[in-house]
Amino acid sequence: MITSETITQTRDRIVTGETNARSVAESAVGAAEKLNGSLNAFLEIDRQGAVTRASEVDAQLKNDAAPVLAGVPIAIKDNICVRGLQTSCGSKILGDYHPPYNATVIDRLLAAGAVIIGKTNCDEFAMGSSNENSAFGTVKNPWDTARVPGGSSGGSAAAVAAGIVPVALGSDTGGSVRQPASLCGVVGLKPTYGRNSRYGLVAFASSLDQIGIFARNVSDVATVLGVIAGRDPHDATTADVPVPDYVAALNGEIKGSRIGFPRALFGRGLDADVRASVEGAVQTYRDLGAEIVEVDLPHAKYAIAVYYIIATAEASSNLARFDGVRYGFRAEEAPELRSMYRRTREEGFGPEVKRRIMLGTYVLSAGYYEAYYHKAQQVRTLLKDDFRRAFAVCDAIITPTSPTTAFMIGEKVNDPLAMYLNDIYTVTANLAGIPGLSVPCGLSSAGLPVGFQLLGPYWSEPALLRLGDVYQQARPSSLARPPVYA
Amino acid sequence: MLYFRLKIFPLELNMKNGWETVIGLEIHAQLSTESKIFCGCSTHFGDEPNSNTCPVCLGLPGALPVLNRRAVELGARAALALGLQINERSIFARKNYFYPDLPKGYQISQYDQPFSANGELEIMTARRDEAGHPLEWAPKRIRITRLHLEEDAGKNVHEGLPDVDRFSYIDLNRAGTPLAEIVTEPEFRSSWEAHDYVNHVRRVLRWVGASEADMEKGNLRCEPNVSVRRIGNETFGTKVELKNLNSVRFMQRAIEFEIERQITLLESGGKVNQETRLWDERAQETRVMRSKEEAHDYRYFPEPDLAPLEVSVEFIDGVKASMPELPEERRQRFVQQYDLSFSDASQLTSERTLADYYESAVEASGNARTAANWIRSELLRELESSGLAASASPIPPQELGKLLRLVDEDKISGKQGKDVLVEMFKTGRTAAAIVEEQGLAQVSDTGEIDGVIDEVLAANPGQVTSYRSGKETLFGFFVGQVMKASKGKANPRVVNERLKAKLS
Ligand SMILES: [Zn+2]
Repeated sequence: MITSETITQTRDRIVTGETNARSVAESAVGAAEKLNGSLNAFLEIDRQGAVTRASEVDAQLKNDAAPVLAGVPIAIKDNICVRGLQTSCGSKILGDYHPPYNATVIDRLLAAGAVIIGKTNCDEFAMGSSNENSAFGTVKNPWDTARVPGGSSGGSAAAVAAGIVPVALGSDTGGSVRQPASLCGVVGLKPTYGRNSRYGLVAFASSLDQIGIFARNVSDVATVLGVIAGRDPHDATTADVPVPDYVAALNGEIKGSRIGFPRALFGRGLDADVRASVEGAVQTYRDLGAEIVEVDLPHAKYAIAVYYIIATAEASSNLARFDGVRYGFRAEEAPELRSMYRRTREEGFGPEVKRRIMLGTYVLSAGYYEAYYHKAQQVRTLLKDDFRRAFAVCDAIITPTSPTTAFMIGEKVNDPLAMYLNDIYTVTANLAGIPGLSVPCGLSSAGLPVGFQLLGPYWSEPALLRLGDVYQQARPSSLARPPVYA
Repeated sequence: MLYFRLKIFPLELNMKNGWETVIGLEIHAQLSTESKIFCGCSTHFGDEPNSNTCPVCLGLPGALPVLNRRAVELGARAALALGLQINERSIFARKNYFYPDLPKGYQISQYDQPFSANGELEIMTARRDEAGHPLEWAPKRIRITRLHLEEDAGKNVHEGLPDVDRFSYIDLNRAGTPLAEIVTEPEFRSSWEAHDYVNHVRRVLRWVGASEADMEKGNLRCEPNVSVRRIGNETFGTKVELKNLNSVRFMQRAIEFEIERQITLLESGGKVNQETRLWDERAQETRVMRSKEEAHDYRYFPEPDLAPLEVSVEFIDGVKASMPELPEERRQRFVQQYDLSFSDASQLTSERTLADYYESAVEASGNARTAANWIRSELLRELESSGLAASASPIPPQELGKLLRLVDEDKISGKQGKDVLVEMFKTGRTAAAIVEEQGLAQVSDTGEIDGVIDEVLAANPGQVTSYRSGKETLFGFFVGQVMKASKGKANPRVVNERLKAKLS
């Protein structure tokens, strides 16, 4: 493993006075500053804020009981609102927009003693699988800076992989946490829809978006999830489901676990190295005592089509508020209102965002709604049924996270369809609302990280995290250190 | 600029020409909640621009709506009062369009699964004479298609601010105010039917506390759609939607104008365009606002940020149980129980507080007819001139009842009673105190009055002789003298009786 220390151990060293929050924050900020020239992972590094905040945490430790994340440095994707910092969503249309409020997950992190060190780069409005759609330049993969880190939460994935921060938040609408986690060789969790509050997460596709967590260790993901999860009165789509002790769930038990193997998803289009690595992980689970059962997801082949209808439909509406009237970029020289709207959005949005707004507008238009949006919702229901049937015979399903390892910057930019196929394994979880966990499982022959994905039933995060943790304990070499490292 | 003006013709003329009018109505009524429908901001009217706002109603990135249960309760009261069926499950939907006063670029409304539907409502409506006075009231059943819940937009301001020739200003205090949209079938056959329906809806919404329903304040807005067709035609004509109607009377006039415009157009071989027209009250005409080609495709789809709205049968039953007796029921009861005319009962049930006032006054006075007459002719005049509601009357109904008893029991005359009422209204004092202080108590004692009469007759022997010889017009003279001698306190009825007896 690249580090033997969990965030709980870091916190304990701070609490016992072996170190302090301020020096931990300073070293994280220093690493971010040092590596940002090569990685472009951060859009804003908040040295002053982080140091001030860490000093406050140190001061509080003298009086109060230490909270769970006391002094733990964390990076936040730039589509989650943090008061005092920018929220650009990787878009020119928001630019240096500063929200006047904190997302609910941010309030919870701060209350638990976490120290935010900056905002991470991402594909514009979280739309992309390579980070090449950021208006502020592509994030580079710490394993090979000529390659993409994946997307859309590429900055958060790279920051964790490069050892700048132990944990980071991203958002996952169709794989935007799990896919970059896989390409950067770190752990990434997309929880059950309704597990984490979306209040303060700038919406891409409301019925699919979920805030996710990056870390090197599964146990760190469990710790952070325990802090941010749970019902939020500001988000009507959060569920009133109790938050279990996720760390306590990591008890190493695997005997009797049944892992579903969807053979049909290991076929055409899957990179041979990725396939070999993930099948190796399946073998590891079998060796550790899990039962491997074959499952079928007959409607999974429609998932990409369904996803790009629903996600773009919702996005076309969610992005309507970026109109130049109240905040962000405005085309000032427009002669009248309609052209102010047109020019603001023309100049403010990048090509992929425009493509999706147009797609989404089209599928919701009078005369097309039934054929596209309505039909997609029906297939979405069938897909949920597929998973319900599969989870009757297994506790989790294993798949590759991404069909390939990290590809070259520029390789797929002119082929949106090839780009969309990156999400083939991840979009199903968002459509069904179920949790998904990506876990690194070694390197390809080219030395690039590969990840596998575990999907589980609603609220099965404890089981997924336990399975992921068991794998990491059994295969410590699966977490290697990339060439670009703090 | 000069306008062409067109006389407004009564509906009868249109009918004679063989045309029938078809009108449907959309009403937007602001629900009387303290806070907005999807956030905690105040709905208070008239505060500093943009002071009642937050990330949610400003449409800031990342903010999410949460439904205000009070808006659902008030929506349920409105729906039940208008005879609608509440759906146990309804869906919020996004209505997408761009406008500067719409911060999210969509309005959260309801579309194919509304909060309530299938309403049937009985209203009273009357044909009018040329001056607009009702001729004869008759009941009519109106089918209400739906009542759904939605949020209001903000307000663009173009006046009274610096550089308004170059800038518009936006105030989002109103954005997110809860509205009930109430849509009828094309039920109305004249502008007056639409007029009477809107008045009915306003009264009922105020009555059950769902909305203040004040059109001048903008918390009730009407959008009629108007078409005409040859009598006997099954298919509807092309409909035109009317906007910018700031009172019920404006709406009625705008519909009349529009009917006339459409008939004139069709009779001259023209064609009605499907469009939205704005009423210009000053010019007394409608003008095109947008044509069908410019009509929006709102791209409705279910609002993913809100779960379906589910209301239980228990909730609906609870709202039903908490509903007051509705105005129509109460009017009928007043006619039967208190033997009032339709128009008296209508006036006394125009507001719930007035109807309550009336019934308390009836109880205190023991006389339903007198109470009705005094409230209608005396009290309402005072209330109107001081701009007060019955509930805020300086004369509590119990005190009015006591005053009416003094009159009924001949303690004071009716004329005195009216003066006392004015004094009570002004000072808030009781009738008894005013009568006492001004020494108004009426003398009805026959012995005392006989004494005064004897004195008067003794002092005017010549007139007595003339009267007895047939000059009966002198009777009034004697009454006047007696009243004067009693300083106005003698009961005129007793004076009349006793004088007749003494002089005969
Ligand atoms: Zn608000």
